[in-house]
Amino acid sequence: MGYRTVAIDFDVGLRNLDLVMGCERRVVYDLINVIRGEATLRQAAIKDKRLDNLYILPASQTRDKDALSRVGVENVIEGLKKAGFEYIICDSPAGIEHGACMAMYYADHAFVVTNAEVSSVRDSDRILGLLDAKTHRAEQGLERVKTHLLLTRYAPSRVVKGEMLSHKDVIELLGIDFIGAIPESPAVLQSSNAGVPIILDQQTDAAQAYMDVVHRFLGEDRPQRFLDPPKRGFFSRMFGGADAPIAAAG
Amino acid sequence: MSWLDYFRKSSPGSANVAKERLAIIVAREGRSQTKASYLPQLRQDILQVLAKYEKIDLDQVTVNVESQGEYQVLELNVVLSDPANVRKMGNSSRHAPFFSEVKSNAFGAR
Repeated sequence: MGYRTVAIDFDVGLRNLDLVMGCERRVVYDLINVIRGEATLRQAAIKDKRLDNLYILPASQTRDKDALSRVGVENVIEGLKKAGFEYIICDSPAGIEHGACMAMYYADHAFVVTNAEVSSVRDSDRILGLLDAKTHRAEQGLERVKTHLLLTRYAPSRVVKGEMLSHKDVIELLGIDFIGAIPESPAVLQSSNAGVPIILDQQTDAAQAYMDVVHRFLGEDRPQRFLDPPKRGFFSRMFGGADAPIAAAG
Repeated sequence: MSWLDYFRKSSPGSANVAKERLAIIVAREGRSQTKASYLPQLRQDILQVLAKYEKIDLDQVTVNVESQGEYQVLELNVVLSDPANVRKMGNSSRHAPFFSEVKSNAFGAR
Protein backbone atom coordinates (compact mmCIF):
# COMPACT_ATOMS: atom_id res chain seq x y z
CA MET A 1 0.00 0.00 0.00
CA GLY A 2 3.06 2.17 0.31
CA TYR A 3 2.47 3.46 3.83
CA ARG A 4 5.47 3.79 6.09
CA THR A 5 4.88 0.93 8.47
CA VAL A 6 6.72 -0.63 11.35
CA ALA A 7 5.88 -3.85 13.14
CA ILE A 8 6.95 -4.16 16.77
CA ASP A 9 7.24 -7.58 18.38
CA PHE A 10 6.00 -7.32 21.99
CA ASP A 11 6.56 -10.97 22.84
CA VAL A 12 9.64 -10.44 24.99
CA GLY A 13 11.39 -13.73 25.64
CA LEU A 14 9.59 -15.52 22.82
CA ARG A 15 10.59 -13.44 19.87
CA ASN A 16 9.25 -14.76 16.58
CA LEU A 17 8.19 -11.90 14.34
CA ASP A 18 11.75 -11.69 12.96
CA LEU A 19 11.59 -15.38 12.10
CA VAL A 20 8.30 -15.31 10.20
CA MET A 21 9.41 -12.12 8.44
CA GLY A 22 12.68 -13.77 7.47
CA CYS A 23 15.03 -11.23 9.05
CA GLU A 24 16.24 -13.20 12.07
CA ARG A 25 19.87 -13.04 10.96
CA ARG A 26 19.87 -9.29 10.85
CA VAL A 27 18.76 -8.70 14.44
CA VAL A 28 21.38 -6.78 16.39
CA TYR A 29 19.43 -4.57 18.77
CA ASP A 30 15.89 -5.06 20.03
CA LEU A 31 12.97 -3.25 21.60
CA ILE A 32 14.33 -3.54 25.14
CA ASN A 33 17.68 -2.08 24.04
CA VAL A 34 15.80 0.92 22.67
CA ILE A 35 13.70 1.31 25.82
CA ARG A 36 16.84 1.23 27.97
CA GLY A 37 18.62 3.72 25.74
CA GLU A 38 21.26 1.20 24.69
CA ALA A 39 20.38 1.62 21.03
CA THR A 40 18.50 4.11 18.89
CA LEU A 41 15.36 3.30 16.94
CA ARG A 42 17.32 3.71 13.74
CA GLN A 43 19.81 1.07 14.89
CA ALA A 44 17.20 -1.40 16.09
CA ALA A 45 14.60 -1.19 13.33
CA ILE A 46 15.31 -3.69 10.56
CA LYS A 47 14.34 -2.69 7.06
CA ASP A 48 12.41 -5.35 5.18
CA LYS A 49 14.21 -6.55 2.06
CA ARG A 50 11.05 -6.97 0.02
CA LEU A 51 9.06 -3.85 0.83
CA ASP A 52 10.61 -0.40 0.92
CA ASN A 53 8.46 1.13 3.61
CA LEU A 54 8.31 -1.77 6.04
CA TYR A 55 10.45 -2.07 9.16
CA ILE A 56 10.55 -4.65 11.93
CA LEU A 57 11.44 -3.90 15.53
CA PRO A 58 12.23 -7.24 17.17
CA ALA A 59 11.57 -8.24 20.75
CA SER A 60 14.36 -9.25 23.06
CA GLN A 61 14.88 -12.99 23.25
CA THR A 62 16.80 -13.03 26.50
CA ARG A 63 15.40 -10.36 28.77
CA ASP A 64 12.54 -10.55 31.16
CA LYS A 65 9.21 -9.20 29.94
CA ASP A 66 9.02 -6.82 32.89
CA ALA A 67 11.70 -4.78 31.16
CA LEU A 68 8.84 -3.38 29.06
CA SER A 69 7.81 -0.21 30.85
CA ARG A 70 4.82 1.89 29.93
CA VAL A 71 6.90 5.04 29.64
CA GLY A 72 9.47 3.18 27.58
CA VAL A 73 6.81 1.93 25.18
CA GLU A 74 5.33 5.40 24.92
CA ASN A 75 8.72 6.86 24.06
CA VAL A 76 9.31 4.24 21.38
CA ILE A 77 5.89 4.87 19.82
CA GLU A 78 6.34 8.64 19.92
CA GLY A 79 9.81 8.23 18.42
CA LEU A 80 8.41 6.14 15.58
CA LYS A 81 5.67 8.67 14.92
CA LYS A 82 8.28 11.43 14.74
CA ALA A 83 10.29 9.30 12.33
CA GLY A 84 7.32 9.49 9.98
CA PHE A 85 5.74 6.09 10.43
CA GLU A 86 2.06 6.11 9.48
CA TYR A 87 1.15 2.69 10.80
CA ILE A 88 2.70 1.14 13.89
CA ILE A 89 1.72 -2.49 14.27
CA CYS A 90 2.13 -3.85 17.78
CA ASP A 91 2.29 -7.63 17.59
CA SER A 92 0.88 -8.79 20.91
CA PRO A 93 1.88 -12.02 22.60
CA ALA A 94 -0.93 -14.45 23.32
CA GLY A 95 -2.47 -14.24 26.77
CA ILE A 96 -3.23 -11.34 29.06
CA GLU A 97 0.19 -10.85 30.60
CA HIS A 98 2.28 -7.73 30.77
CA GLY A 99 3.48 -7.97 27.17
CA ALA A 100 -0.05 -8.09 25.81
CA CYS A 101 -1.11 -5.19 28.04
CA MET A 102 1.80 -3.09 26.79
CA ALA A 103 1.08 -3.95 23.16
CA MET A 104 -2.54 -2.84 23.45
CA TYR A 105 -2.04 0.13 25.75
CA TYR A 106 -1.49 2.86 23.17
CA ALA A 107 -3.60 1.29 20.44
CA ASP A 108 -6.11 3.16 18.30
CA HIS A 109 -7.27 0.03 16.53
CA ALA A 110 -7.12 -3.57 17.65
CA PHE A 111 -7.28 -6.65 15.48
CA VAL A 112 -8.62 -9.50 17.53
CA VAL A 113 -7.32 -12.56 15.74
CA THR A 114 -9.17 -15.71 16.62
CA ASN A 115 -9.86 -19.22 15.40
CA ALA A 116 -13.41 -20.53 15.29
CA GLU A 117 -12.67 -22.64 18.32
CA VAL A 118 -14.04 -22.45 21.87
CA SER A 119 -10.88 -21.56 23.80
CA SER A 120 -9.84 -19.01 21.23
CA VAL A 121 -13.24 -17.30 21.25
CA ARG A 122 -13.39 -17.16 25.04
CA ASP A 123 -9.89 -15.67 25.23
CA SER A 124 -10.86 -13.11 22.62
CA ASP A 125 -13.81 -12.09 24.74
CA ARG A 126 -11.43 -11.60 27.66
CA ILE A 127 -9.04 -9.53 25.60
CA LEU A 128 -11.95 -7.39 24.35
CA GLY A 129 -12.78 -6.71 27.99
CA LEU A 130 -9.22 -5.54 28.61
CA LEU A 131 -9.26 -3.40 25.48
CA ASP A 132 -12.29 -1.63 26.89
CA ALA A 133 -10.72 -1.11 30.30
CA LYS A 134 -6.94 -1.24 30.36
CA THR A 135 -5.83 0.99 27.55
CA HIS A 136 -4.69 4.58 27.37
CA ARG A 137 -7.91 5.49 25.59
CA ALA A 138 -10.04 3.82 28.25
CA GLU A 139 -8.14 5.36 31.13
CA GLN A 140 -8.23 8.84 29.63
CA GLY A 141 -11.91 8.53 28.76
CA LEU A 142 -11.18 8.97 25.07
CA GLU A 143 -13.01 7.26 22.25
CA ARG A 144 -12.75 3.50 22.62
CA VAL A 145 -10.16 1.42 20.82
CA LYS A 146 -11.72 0.35 17.53
CA THR A 147 -11.85 -3.43 17.45
CA HIS A 148 -11.86 -5.64 14.37
CA LEU A 149 -12.55 -9.34 14.36
CA LEU A 150 -10.22 -11.38 12.16
CA LEU A 151 -10.96 -15.09 11.89
CA THR A 152 -8.07 -17.28 10.87
CA ARG A 153 -7.79 -20.93 9.85
CA TYR A 154 -11.41 -20.78 8.76
CA ALA A 155 -12.68 -23.94 7.08
CA PRO A 156 -16.00 -23.24 5.30
CA SER A 157 -16.40 -26.90 4.36
CA ARG A 158 -16.39 -27.84 8.05
CA VAL A 159 -18.76 -24.98 8.88
CA VAL A 160 -21.26 -26.33 6.35
CA LYS A 161 -21.06 -29.72 8.05
CA GLY A 162 -21.67 -28.14 11.43
CA GLU A 163 -18.22 -29.10 12.66
CA MET A 164 -16.94 -25.56 13.11
CA LEU A 165 -18.43 -22.36 14.48
CA SER A 166 -19.46 -20.15 11.59
CA HIS A 167 -18.22 -16.59 11.22
CA LYS A 168 -21.74 -15.45 12.11
CA ASP A 169 -21.62 -17.42 15.36
CA VAL A 170 -18.32 -15.83 16.37
CA ILE A 171 -19.52 -12.35 15.41
CA GLU A 172 -22.66 -12.86 17.48
CA LEU A 173 -20.70 -14.14 20.47
CA LEU A 174 -18.09 -11.39 20.48
CA GLY A 175 -20.26 -8.58 19.15
CA ILE A 176 -17.58 -6.63 17.29
CA ASP A 177 -17.00 -5.58 13.69
CA PHE A 178 -15.98 -8.40 11.38
CA ILE A 179 -13.14 -7.50 9.06
CA GLY A 180 -12.63 -10.86 7.38
CA ALA A 181 -11.83 -14.54 7.53
CA ILE A 182 -8.62 -16.17 6.39
CA PRO A 183 -9.24 -19.64 5.01
CA GLU A 184 -7.21 -22.52 6.38
CA SER A 185 -4.39 -22.96 3.91
CA PRO A 186 -1.32 -25.16 3.67
CA ALA A 187 0.46 -22.21 2.08
CA VAL A 188 0.64 -20.41 5.44
CA LEU A 189 3.01 -23.00 6.88
CA GLN A 190 5.06 -23.00 3.72
CA SER A 191 5.45 -19.27 3.77
CA SER A 192 6.41 -19.18 7.44
CA ASN A 193 8.91 -21.96 6.73
CA ALA A 194 10.47 -19.71 4.14
CA GLY A 195 10.22 -16.54 6.22
CA VAL A 196 8.07 -14.81 3.62
CA PRO A 197 4.80 -13.13 4.66
CA ILE A 198 1.90 -15.05 3.14
CA ILE A 199 0.33 -11.88 1.77
CA LEU A 200 3.13 -11.58 -0.79
CA ASP A 201 2.04 -14.83 -2.45
CA GLN A 202 -1.12 -13.53 -4.11
CA GLN A 203 -1.70 -16.87 -5.86
CA THR A 204 -3.06 -18.31 -2.62
CA ASP A 205 -6.52 -17.78 -1.17
CA ALA A 206 -5.08 -16.93 2.26
CA ALA A 207 -3.01 -14.12 0.75
CA GLN A 208 -6.00 -12.76 -1.14
CA ALA A 209 -8.04 -12.87 2.03
CA TYR A 210 -5.37 -10.92 3.93
CA MET A 211 -5.19 -8.38 1.12
CA ASP A 212 -8.97 -7.93 1.33
CA VAL A 213 -8.63 -7.32 5.06
CA VAL A 214 -6.00 -4.64 4.49
CA HIS A 215 -8.20 -2.91 1.93
CA ARG A 216 -11.20 -3.05 4.24
CA PHE A 217 -9.14 -1.61 7.06
CA LEU A 218 -8.11 1.26 4.80
CA GLY A 219 -11.76 2.02 4.15
CA GLU A 220 -12.47 0.21 0.92
CA ASP A 221 -15.73 -1.70 0.65
CA ARG A 222 -14.73 -5.19 -0.38
CA PRO A 223 -17.25 -8.03 -0.40
CA GLN A 224 -16.45 -10.99 1.83
CA ARG A 225 -14.96 -13.98 0.07
CA PHE A 226 -13.85 -17.38 1.29
CA LEU A 227 -16.83 -17.80 3.61
CA ASP A 228 -18.39 -20.56 1.53
CA PRO A 229 -16.83 -23.86 0.57
CA PRO A 230 -15.30 -23.85 -2.89
CA LYS A 231 -17.59 -25.21 -5.55
CA ARG A 232 -16.55 -28.61 -6.73
CA GLY A 233 -17.15 -30.24 -10.06
CA PHE A 234 -19.06 -33.46 -10.58
CA PHE A 235 -15.97 -35.62 -10.76
CA SER A 236 -14.26 -34.21 -7.73
CA ARG A 237 -17.49 -34.69 -5.83
CA MET A 238 -17.72 -38.31 -6.87
CA PHE A 239 -14.08 -39.14 -6.30
CA GLY A 240 -12.89 -36.22 -4.21
CA GLY A 241 -12.11 -37.84 -0.87
CA ALA A 242 -12.82 -36.60 2.62
CA ASP A 243 -14.23 -33.19 1.83
CA ALA A 244 -16.86 -34.41 -0.59
CA PRO A 245 -20.14 -32.68 0.31
CA ILE A 246 -22.21 -35.88 0.11
CA ALA A 247 -22.19 -37.11 3.68
CA ALA A 248 -22.80 -40.73 4.46
CA ALA A 249 -25.52 -41.54 6.96
CA GLY A 250 -24.04 -42.52 10.28
CA MET B 1 -35.24 -44.44 9.66
CA SER B 2 -36.39 -44.14 6.10
CA TRP B 3 -34.03 -44.62 3.20
CA LEU B 4 -34.20 -40.86 2.67
CA ASP B 5 -32.11 -40.44 5.79
CA TYR B 6 -29.22 -41.67 3.76
CA PHE B 7 -29.16 -38.34 1.94
CA ARG B 8 -29.53 -36.20 5.02
CA LYS B 9 -26.69 -34.85 7.04
CA SER B 10 -25.04 -37.56 9.06
CA SER B 11 -24.94 -35.73 12.38
CA PRO B 12 -25.91 -32.27 13.64
CA GLY B 13 -22.23 -31.54 14.27
CA SER B 14 -20.53 -30.06 17.26
CA ALA B 15 -20.56 -26.39 16.25
CA ASN B 16 -23.94 -25.84 17.91
CA VAL B 17 -22.66 -27.32 21.15
CA ALA B 18 -19.67 -25.01 21.00
CA LYS B 19 -21.90 -22.02 20.42
CA GLU B 20 -24.22 -22.83 23.30
CA ARG B 21 -21.33 -23.38 25.67
CA LEU B 22 -19.67 -20.16 24.62
CA ALA B 23 -22.87 -18.13 24.73
CA ILE B 24 -23.13 -18.45 28.46
CA ILE B 25 -19.42 -18.18 29.23
CA VAL B 26 -19.00 -15.10 27.13
CA ALA B 27 -22.10 -13.54 28.65
CA ARG B 28 -20.95 -14.39 32.14
CA GLU B 29 -17.44 -13.08 31.77
CA GLY B 30 -18.58 -10.46 29.36
CA ARG B 31 -17.57 -6.89 29.03
CA SER B 32 -19.51 -4.76 31.41
CA GLN B 33 -19.98 -1.85 29.05
CA THR B 34 -21.58 -3.72 26.21
CA LYS B 35 -23.38 -6.55 27.93
CA ALA B 36 -25.74 -7.00 30.82
CA SER B 37 -23.23 -6.87 33.62
CA TYR B 38 -25.64 -8.25 36.19
CA LEU B 39 -25.84 -11.67 34.56
CA PRO B 40 -23.21 -13.32 36.76
CA GLN B 41 -24.72 -11.77 39.88
CA LEU B 42 -28.23 -12.72 38.80
CA ARG B 43 -27.18 -16.30 38.29
CA GLN B 44 -25.50 -16.36 41.68
CA ASP B 45 -28.55 -14.89 43.42
CA ILE B 46 -30.93 -17.33 41.78
CA LEU B 47 -28.74 -20.22 42.82
CA GLN B 48 -28.63 -18.97 46.39
CA VAL B 49 -32.39 -18.66 46.58
CA LEU B 50 -32.84 -22.14 45.15
CA ALA B 51 -30.29 -23.52 47.56
CA LYS B 52 -32.42 -22.29 50.45
CA TYR B 53 -35.27 -24.57 49.50
CA GLU B 54 -33.75 -27.43 47.60
CA LYS B 55 -30.49 -29.29 47.60
CA ILE B 56 -29.07 -28.56 44.21
CA ASP B 57 -26.15 -30.10 42.50
CA LEU B 58 -24.33 -27.38 40.54
CA ASP B 59 -23.61 -29.84 37.77
CA GLN B 60 -27.35 -30.20 37.31
CA VAL B 61 -27.79 -26.50 36.63
CA THR B 62 -27.56 -25.35 33.06
CA VAL B 63 -27.68 -21.76 31.97
CA ASN B 64 -28.32 -20.79 28.38
CA VAL B 65 -28.52 -17.52 26.54
CA GLU B 66 -30.41 -17.57 23.27
CA SER B 67 -31.47 -14.87 20.89
CA GLN B 68 -35.07 -14.94 19.79
CA GLY B 69 -35.78 -12.14 17.42
CA GLU B 70 -35.47 -8.91 19.35
CA TYR B 71 -34.92 -10.60 22.68
CA GLN B 72 -32.21 -12.51 24.36
CA VAL B 73 -33.58 -15.26 26.52
CA LEU B 74 -31.74 -16.39 29.58
CA GLU B 75 -32.82 -19.92 30.34
CA LEU B 76 -31.93 -21.53 33.61
CA ASN B 77 -32.62 -25.23 33.96
CA VAL B 78 -32.33 -26.83 37.38
CA VAL B 79 -32.74 -30.56 37.75
CA LEU B 80 -34.08 -31.45 41.19
CA SER B 81 -33.03 -34.93 42.13
CA ASP B 82 -35.13 -35.57 45.24
CA PRO B 83 -36.29 -39.20 44.89
CA ALA B 84 -39.73 -38.39 46.43
CA ASN B 85 -40.35 -35.80 43.79
CA VAL B 86 -39.21 -38.11 41.06
CA ARG B 87 -41.91 -40.60 42.04
CA LYS B 88 -44.56 -37.93 42.28
CA MET B 89 -43.70 -36.48 38.90
CA GLY B 90 -43.39 -39.89 37.32
CA ASN B 91 -40.27 -38.67 35.64
CA SER B 92 -36.62 -39.10 36.16
CA SER B 93 -36.15 -35.40 36.65
CA ARG B 94 -38.14 -32.28 37.25
CA HIS B 95 -37.31 -29.13 35.39
CA ALA B 96 -37.73 -25.70 36.82
CA PRO B 97 -37.32 -23.41 33.89
CA PHE B 98 -36.65 -19.81 34.59
CA PHE B 99 -37.01 -17.22 31.90
CA SER B 100 -35.69 -13.76 31.99
CA GLU B 101 -35.69 -11.42 29.09
CA VAL B 102 -32.69 -9.26 28.55
CA LYS B 103 -32.66 -6.45 26.06
CA SER B 104 -31.51 -7.36 22.60
CA ASN B 105 -28.50 -5.09 22.81
CA ALA B 106 -27.12 -7.06 25.69
CA PHE B 107 -24.51 -8.38 23.34
CA GLY B 108 -23.66 -4.96 22.01
CA ALA B 109 -24.77 -3.36 18.79
CA ARG B 110 -23.26 -4.63 15.65
